[in-house]
Amino acid sequence: MATARPRVGILAVQGDVEAHARSLERLGALVTRVLRDKDLDAIDALILPGGESTTIAKGLQRLGLYEPLEAFARAGRPVLGTCAGAVLLAREVENDPVRSLGVLDVVAIRNAYGTQVDSFATRAEECASKLEGLHCVFIRAPRLRDPGPDVEVLARVEGWPVLVGQGNVLASTFHPELTDDDRIHQLLLDLTREAQKP
Amino acid sequence: MSETRSAGQARTGAEAFEIKVGLAEMLKGGVIMDVTTPEQAKIAEDAGAAAVMALERVPADIRKEGGVARMCSIEVIEGIQKSVSIPVMAKVRIGHFQEARVLEALGVDFVDESEVLTPADEAHHVWKHDFRSPFVCGARNLGEALRRIGEGAAMIRTKGEAGSGNIVEAVRHLRDVMGGIRSLAALSPDEIPTRAKELLAPVALVQAVAERGSLPVPNFAAGGIATPADAALCMSLGAEAVFVGSGIFKSQDPPARARAVVHATTHWREAEEVLNASRGLKEAMPGIEMETLAEHERLANRGW
Repeated sequence: MATARPRVGILAVQGDVEAHARSLERLGALVTRVLRDKDLDAIDALILPGGESTTIAKGLQRLGLYEPLEAFARAGRPVLGTCAGAVLLAREVENDPVRSLGVLDVVAIRNAYGTQVDSFATRAEECASKLEGLHCVFIRAPRLRDPGPDVEVLARVEGWPVLVGQGNVLASTFHPELTDDDRIHQLLLDLTREAQKP
Repeated sequence: MSETRSAGQARTGAEAFEIKVGLAEMLKGGVIMDVTTPEQAKIAEDAGAAAVMALERVPADIRKEGGVARMCSIEVIEGIQKSVSIPVMAKVRIGHFQEARVLEALGVDFVDESEVLTPADEAHHVWKHDFRSPFVCGARNLGEALRRIGEGAAMIRTKGEAGSGNIVEAVRHLRDVMGGIRSLAALSPDEIPTRAKELLAPVALVQAVAERGSLPVPNFAAGGIATPADAALCMSLGAEAVFVGSGIFKSQDPPARARAVVHATTHWREAEEVLNASRGLKEAMPGIEMETLAEHERLANRGW
């Protein structure tokens, strides 16, 4: 089934679901919305979108999705979290913590740059060669600190990790989905292809 | 980096657009609730609100008490900012760019240039491009929405009729905006300028909307939402998120109603879930029939 289109689910509790869907569709993926445990059965990879992490966390609690999402990630299936999504993947959350999945070995500091007046866009300073010139849009963004030994930092801004990977898990503190640059989404699809190899 | 990110400095060009609209994108699928105290803000956040709107009186009380309604006191806004981690919005009077400067300096996440407050300028809206803070503005129809976007608004919401507990005006405004967008698809390029003239809207924006089939900024609903089904109705008509003003804290059981409206907004596609959200709620806020409101009592008539 190497030629099958990858099926990517986007957690649709709240946030910029449509923006992620546009990126994925440009890359030829089949996109579905995830609101239920059973929705996870029909997808190869998952995106936790940007949005309000408190709102999304309350939705996960109400829908009983914490355990199924954690199991999905721990089973080695690819997951990408952007901004609020990155917060939800972290091992620990600071600054008005929300419950997280704990599948990414970093500490996430919520709203670390300030309010919307402090939101900004810039180019990543150091990044993996295939991501050169990465344009990063930060909206009330978190910071990630203390990445564990298995975490690879793929891009930094002002010295802080802004894109990290750990096995099948990817997280960015910025919003690739708000730009026309689909390279981060392509990384997720590459992981998906890897995961499907027998 | 820090001096280039300070309040008071305008954002320009494409960066301005992507950052201002970026926060509006993050609020999609969410509920923004009017709150007047830090305690209410906490209730809203605990119920799953995606943001709160800080104000001194909810629209239903402004309507009842009359007098000039102004920007919220600084102490109230600061108290609310300290009590929650979700975005905090606040309202300024139409055309009152100095109130807007104050909110920007305060680090408010979104400024609502709102018809709910008494207008400061009956002819001009704030030129919103000059601000670092993003603005949301009300609109009754497509032309009004595009005029506000032309001035720099990063989010449009319907005006509806604030404080009425009556959804009819929000539905009218949503139908007009969405229907207006759909009708543009039928025009040939040489017909666009004439439509722009009819809409009193910038030609370039009308062209852009015709091409993409949607507004260039998120389109939310506000004004009269009182029940979970009201929120679901707005989402079905094309709103991408909802504002609930008096509907939560003028009801008999604000925490339960707040949770119910959030639930219905997330699950508006599933009737079973809107049913579940609607079950067991105490009484909604009292509603007002539009026919009983004189023209001068209609807040939606403020602005142009």
